[in-house]
Amino acid sequence: MALLQIAEPGQSSLPHQHRLAVGIDLGTTNSLVASVRSGESATLPDHNGGHLLPSVVRYLESGEAVVGASAREFASSDAYNTIVSVKRLMGRGIKDVAAFGEVLPYEFEEDQGGMPFIKTVAGSKSPVEVSADILRVLVQRAQETLQGELTGAVITVPAYFDDAQRQATKDAATLANIKVLRLLSEPTAAAVAYGLDQKDEGVILVYDLGGGTFDVSVLRLNKGVFEVLATGGDSALGGDDLDRALAEWLAIQADVTMTMTAGLSRQLMEQAREAKEQLTLNNQAWVNLQLAGKEVSVTISRSQFEELISTLVDKTVRACKRVVRDAGIVLDDVNDIVMVGGSTRVPLVRERVTSLFGRPLHVDIDPDRVVAIGAAIQADVLAGNKPDSEMLLLDVIPLSLGLETMGGLVEKVIHRNTAIPVARAQEFTTYQDGQTAMAVHILQGERELVEDCRSLARFVLQGIPPMVAGAAKIRVTFQVDADGLLSVEAKELSTGVESSIQVKPSYGLSDTQIADMLKASYSSAEEDKQKRLLREQKVDADRLVSALEQAIEIDGQALLTEDERKGLEAEILVLKSVRDGSDAREIELGVEHLAKASDEFASRRMDLNIQRALQGHSIQEIEEIT
Amino acid sequence: MDIQQNYFAFLGLPESYDIDLKALAARSHELQKTLHPDRFAHLSEREKRLSVQYTAYLNEAVTTLKFPLGRAQYLLHLQGIDTISEASVQLEPAFLFEQMALRDDLEDIKALSSPEDALDKFMDSVAQQLFGYQKTFAECYAVGDPESLERAAAVVRKMQFMVKLQKEIELVESELD
Repeated sequence: MALLQIAEPGQSSLPHQHRLAVGIDLGTTNSLVASVRSGESATLPDHNGGHLLPSVVRYLESGEAVVGASAREFASSDAYNTIVSVKRLMGRGIKDVAAFGEVLPYEFEEDQGGMPFIKTVAGSKSPVEVSADILRVLVQRAQETLQGELTGAVITVPAYFDDAQRQATKDAATLANIKVLRLLSEPTAAAVAYGLDQKDEGVILVYDLGGGTFDVSVLRLNKGVFEVLATGGDSALGGDDLDRALAEWLAIQADVTMTMTAGLSRQLMEQAREAKEQLTLNNQAWVNLQLAGKEVSVTISRSQFEELISTLVDKTVRACKRVVRDAGIVLDDVNDIVMVGGSTRVPLVRERVTSLFGRPLHVDIDPDRVVAIGAAIQADVLAGNKPDSEMLLLDVIPLSLGLETMGGLVEKVIHRNTAIPVARAQEFTTYQDGQTAMAVHILQGERELVEDCRSLARFVLQGIPPMVAGAAKIRVTFQVDADGLLSVEAKELSTGVESSIQVKPSYGLSDTQIADMLKASYSSAEEDKQKRLLREQKVDADRLVSALEQAIEIDGQALLTEDERKGLEAEILVLKSVRDGSDAREIELGVEHLAKASDEFASRRMDLNIQRALQGHSIQEIEEIT
Repeated sequence: MDIQQNYFAFLGLPESYDIDLKALAARSHELQKTLHPDRFAHLSEREKRLSVQYTAYLNEAVTTLKFPLGRAQYLLHLQGIDTISEASVQLEPAFLFEQMALRDDLEDIKALSSPEDALDKFMDSVAQQLFGYQKTFAECYAVGDPESLERAAAVVRKMQFMVKLQKEIELVESELD
């Protein structure tokens, strides 16, 4: 999609240029952006020096979106228009949302696809749009700090996110005009921040106690391949629950439980959080409560606090045991434990986890920032700043993908934990004589029955020639890219009738919706739109030309005949001159033309790369078999 | 683009049933480093798409060759013998009866109050039998004349049954906790 390009024309692919790339942790409670500068990965602060951006968006009547701490202040007074924890809604349908029930105060409205839109004074907002508003603030922060436009971003997602949730995250990035270099799983990012990807092999447990969620993931690392063995946790347990336990205790001490108001409750939560932080460093904390005209001072010791939260911490420890068991290993098999999330600073949490595994924890990197820091390290590599880097994070699909077959059963086409990218085809046939269409229903999940799996998409292959039942041969091909996103193609083999879709989750936005939203987010003037389109096409042309010039420089001698090279160079000159014109459509056609002309060269380069990779120790074997 | 190269050639391994799994892992890793889309993240869409196709092919090749059954089926496929689609080979009734008996055994073990030990033993005996089939396959395949290849195909069909049985045992095992 041409709309994704971000780099300035002419600056994007010069070989020596440092490309600006960021890692983004798009969290349930807080979001962060990080970047590698002078070899060091660090999160980027806002003007006030704050690194965490609360993942809260408040919509005003003017249509403006306020993001962050100043939005969070209105979370209860303007609850309908102030969206918190939008991550929980990503890739979910209106029915899923109903299951969250009272927790979410919003008024929902359903679109045709079943996607929940939140009604606000600024109009109905999809979770994807809300997330895009958060991403925009982070990108702006990065561009101001790094002083330049971004080549792209690595955005983290929980390991258990299914195709719909990943697609929704990527759509949000598209809306915010960010080129996604990769969606990376959060526990993998945390492991990368600690350099654990450098190890040859091992089992890593990531303990992530966020504000409102608790996730445990067990990863197996084998020569750069991170495989998620199991995930678990509690989506309703988080650091906020520790604060709440303390706030309730404070309320009893100050004897205000009977006169509790929303304002007082917020004040207590805020002070409980401060006391919790004090108790991480000190054995005692003092809390001064300003209560309707009088001041009450309460002292709490660390051991009192630990007594209050002990049950909650035990719950997380039990979840660790469960996930380790699900992974099919024992506690002793875990080589590294990585702590993520602000509340893992609480001494009791560290103590209990340390004693569970009987080994020291990775706690040196700020647990609020570790995911973003890891994502930035990968972004730097993916942007092409480290051509010699050995780092390659391979991923597997977290849940099996399949098709509905007769009787409401799911036929798995790609099994969970298959390395991605992957493509796999399966053949089906017709059920009735003269059948001319076939419905393809794509599902994700481990269970046998359609109703127990998540429906991802449906489409219909039309135009099958009428034949007797069982005579038509329909090949359905699944392709999953490196981000875990699926596209499906169906083809009737005797006639070549084809139908394909980029799987848009049943609860996602259609490409047209995204395009419309993108358009709406630009200045509405037609002239601006044209300018923008032209600029995008120029960026596209420059990207192709410089990539091709580089390729010719490196491999032209070996792979092209004199005539072929001259031919390509002539084509490049043609595109260069078209690019300097002002007709966007003409540039687009020029890009298509040159890309096609260089296709064969690209394939040859790929083959050469394979040969190079195999060279050294296997020439003999290759000779033997050819 | 045309990725039609035989999996063995693609991975730079000799076309044989006895493969060096360590070499397979090493080749796969080296090719991943060259071909993976992450290596092309900053380049044009076209190169990225090409790399996705190549990597998908690589993953498919590795998955196929890694396991004895997949490897055996693929070797026969290269000889023009299809053992992947159902009912391509007729099996003698004796074998089918044996399979039914084995499945009955599994049901009986499931009904035990503490089936762990019996399940372990059963698993071992199935693995041993499968290993026997693998050896027979290797011998038939090595001879290589049409008649031996037919016999190899029949053995593959038996291997399929045993691998399926192994999966069922694993399922029973996972339901124990």
